[in-house]
Amino acid sequence: MSKHPLDVHMVRSLFRSLARFLRISAVENEASGILPMVSRRVLLKLGAVLLGAWATPPVSRSSAADSDAVPEDPTRVPGQLASPYGVRATFERASRLIKPQHSRTPLHQLHGIVTPSALHFERHHNGVPLINPARHRLLIHGLVDRPMVFTVDDIKRFPSVSRLAFIECSGNSGSEWKEPGKDTVQDIHGLTSTSEWTGVPLAVLLREVGMKPEARWMLAEGGDAAALTRSIPIAPMLDQALVCYAQNGEALRPEQGYPLRLLLPGWEGNTNIKWLRRLKLGAAPFMTREETARYTDLMPDGTARQFTLEMEAKSVITSPSGGERIRERGFLEIRGLAWSGRGRVTAVEVSVDGGKHWAAAELQDPVLPMCHTRFRYPWRWEGQAAIIQSRCTDETGYVQPTRRALIRERGTNSSYHYHAIQSWRIMPDGTVHNVHV
Amino acid sequence: MFMSKFGVFGLLMVMAWGFPVPTVGMTGEADFTDEYGIGRPAEDHEIQAWNIDVAPTGQGLPPGQGTVEQGGEVYAEKCAVCHGPTGVEGPETILVGGRGSLGSAEPLKTVGSYWPFATTLYDYIYRAMPLTAPQSLSSDEVYSVIAWLLNRNGVIPEEAVIDATSLVEIHMPNRDGFVPEIQLDHPLP
Repeated sequence: MSKHPLDVHMVRSLFRSLARFLRISAVENEASGILPMVSRRVLLKLGAVLLGAWATPPVSRSSAADSDAVPEDPTRVPGQLASPYGVRATFERASRLIKPQHSRTPLHQLHGIVTPSALHFERHHNGVPLINPARHRLLIHGLVDRPMVFTVDDIKRFPSVSRLAFIECSGNSGSEWKEPGKDTVQDIHGLTSTSEWTGVPLAVLLREVGMKPEARWMLAEGGDAAALTRSIPIAPMLDQALVCYAQNGEALRPEQGYPLRLLLPGWEGNTNIKWLRRLKLGAAPFMTREETARYTDLMPDGTARQFTLEMEAKSVITSPSGGERIRERGFLEIRGLAWSGRGRVTAVEVSVDGGKHWAAAELQDPVLPMCHTRFRYPWRWEGQAAIIQSRCTDETGYVQPTRRALIRERGTNSSYHYHAIQSWRIMPDGTVHNVHV
Repeated sequence: MFMSKFGVFGLLMVMAWGFPVPTVGMTGEADFTDEYGIGRPAEDHEIQAWNIDVAPTGQGLPPGQGTVEQGGEVYAEKCAVCHGPTGVEGPETILVGGRGSLGSAEPLKTVGSYWPFATTLYDYIYRAMPLTAPQSLSSDEVYSVIAWLLNRNGVIPEEAVIDATSLVEIHMPNRDGFVPEIQLDHPLP
């Protein structure tokens, strides 16, 4: 049976039989409360027939987009059967831009505010560990009354909280401190992503272990081959931090810390320790390599800003953006994202003349604190050269700076926390390029 | 009263944990004003196995010691392939040199020019290096590599011996080069 090529008529008749059968057995189930044995056998047989027919499709699914297997008229051919774990349409190509230890989200190819889990940016310091969740443990010790160990199942038993939050690597857009070295919004801004995160409030866990009143800092350590550690000041994050096990409704992706990660909404990405295995409470910062030699921001006078934890207000036009080419003249909706680690985005303005004039863009609901916010601005492009920019303001009143203002304050060797206004130059041929103005 | 609400299980929980379990009202909804009673006490050996961090106070430094000469051998064998024969060639992070460059147009951030605490070297080298075999170096190996790195950066003399005591006493050249952006002693609410 399974060797036979797919016969459309056969499949259609099987579908009809199956539908009829399911209607009947549903009635039977209601009446008797049990699926009769005979019905179950028939169902299994039908299932086997259908699966057999699909097990050797005439053309493999993966090549469907590239071949003439795509039906001329999909209304005249039965479609695919249900599948246990969905995959995107075979025509879609949005991908992360990868380097060995990080990958960047294709912001120009996304919609709304949520980043698909498979496209969430990655940053790891010695690979993505393979962790058996049944063996994973979270140890909380140090300045606590009761050092304790929690399994992943333990963590899931606590009251559960979900929230949307962006995570941005503090090195995002770091290429722009000096020359415009990169072309695309993915390459320049792709180290930020937004997910719905689910977990238990850190405060609940700290109460569980009896945090001592003299505790001020918490060392968070990952269970990866970098055993990455950051010191987290407790007070400012006590009402925000989560220990998460889920992302966008399912278990965390391995790249995002499976099975447990810290979420510190609005704080620089590397503090959101992934593969979390240990929290140690202390009275002072632990001064790990990641908060001294790395992730500190060198100023022109040779001193370095340390514990620059908050991600400052930032926005970027994602469409049209660098590396793209505008194909059609006429109406063009300028679209982009804005976010702030200090709360909600309250306004985004757009300029189409290199920053001489600014006009308010529309913020699209939902507008949430520490979350990507989508903005839109209607425009007409008739083949003119233009420099388009976006600039956002957050609820603290902080306005995203120009590149010049940022560099005036911090020089060009800061490495981290570049958040200046991005400029895209549109050429008369419709091509779009990264420029500094 | 307590027994009538929780029975033997509740009493055992209190005995075992030393804190009250949440009360359950008539509606079945739990009233949590204290702990949830989830998780288990950590065993000492579990804490010791993972408690690998080293603080600027020296807390966490294990016994052991190393010399510059020994460190040169360990470095050549396990570090030079990524960081270069003398720590300046790369291709990975440059470890030696750069003193006085931080305020220039071309700053070079190395162990000698940038790192504020020598104790961080122990913490980081043991936890994360070498990249292909993290947490594989003995304490003598770590101390000796630190001795070699600090000597090549002009921080300690050729004959210095590094151990838990001497490491804490080292004043790194850029010890005062950092300005915290947040309050370091931020009381709990």
